[in-house]
Amino acid sequence: MIFPALLNSPRKASGFLRTLLQIAALALLCMTSNAWSAIDTFEFENDEQQQRFRTLSNEFRCPMCQNTSLTGSGGGVAEDLRREIYLMIVDGKTDAEIEQFMLERYGDFIFYKPRLMTETLLLWFGPLLFLVLGGWIVMGIIRRARPQGQEAVVLDNSDQARLHKLLEKVDGQD
Amino acid sequence: MSRLKLFIPVGVFLVLALVLWRGLYLDPRTLPSVLIDKPLPEFSLPIVEQSDRLVSKADLPKEPFLLNVWGSYCLPCLQENPILKAAAADGVLPIIGINYKDKTNLAQMWMDDNGSPFEFSVVDADGRLGIDLGVYGAPETFVIDGNGVIRYKHIGVIDYQSWQQEIMPAIAAVKAEARN
Repeated sequence: MIFPALLNSPRKASGFLRTLLQIAALALLCMTSNAWSAIDTFEFENDEQQQRFRTLSNEFRCPMCQNTSLTGSGGGVAEDLRREIYLMIVDGKTDAEIEQFMLERYGDFIFYKPRLMTETLLLWFGPLLFLVLGGWIVMGIIRRARPQGQEAVVLDNSDQARLHKLLEKVDGQD
Repeated sequence: MSRLKLFIPVGVFLVLALVLWRGLYLDPRTLPSVLIDKPLPEFSLPIVEQSDRLVSKADLPKEPFLLNVWGSYCLPCLQENPILKAAAADGVLPIIGINYKDKTNLAQMWMDDNGSPFEFSVVDADGRLGIDLGVYGAPETFVIDGNGVIRYKHIGVIDYQSWQQEIMPAIAAVKAEARN
């Protein structure tokens, strides 16, 4: 934490130097946030296992940090859960078994993609419901906007002939 | 009828306002535990007080007790320590600790400095028992009945209000059941 101290002593640093330091401090901040993301050193037997590990850690939500997946979380419990997933994969457990393991301990909250059940019906089909509702309202508006009482006029033969004559007249004038 | 339709936006607003108002007072951290009414998981772990002694589920009290997940790094644990100590001293019920993801020497120092409400504290250094209990961070407190079944879970710090209004009633209910 040398930088903030330097930044707070304007007498020591000229304007340009200050800006430079501020930029450097910002860059440092960005680097720390990178360093936060979790680094695990798991050894997998093959690429398929590693792929499954990645997919699974992305699917589960960190119970502590709530809005990050297990992959993105540096929380202690996320670390432990990643380790459990790794051990289960190496142990030959299927994805379904691993999901069951998580569900039994942390409940539905652990899934980023909620399972389809009665409680989540609205979550899954709510958007569709709103789409249908919106479509219905738009249809109503369109129907009402159409001028009323103007049904298509059907001309009989003599009227048709008159119309032709009139149109020819107009054409002739051009 | 068309006059009534004018009130639809007001109605929509009221419903939305009510839902969002309620949302303001929901605590996203209180997740329902799926482990309520489930038996405690099996384990075999050392205790902080005596590193060469392994305890298992069979060593837990056969009467209602509290299971408190704590760590020396955890400030809220220090905050709730006096309440737990008072409960243990008054003989309300036995309290067992789970020293969660901590270093045992630091845990021992913490107990020496602050006093311990625990009969003993199970060492869960790698958090494996914590996972089986659906723990996501200290402090968490479970009310366990005489049959070793989890009956209530409190997440976060215990203050006087939550002790009086949530945990004591849960303990009383479990104890009343044990008497019958």
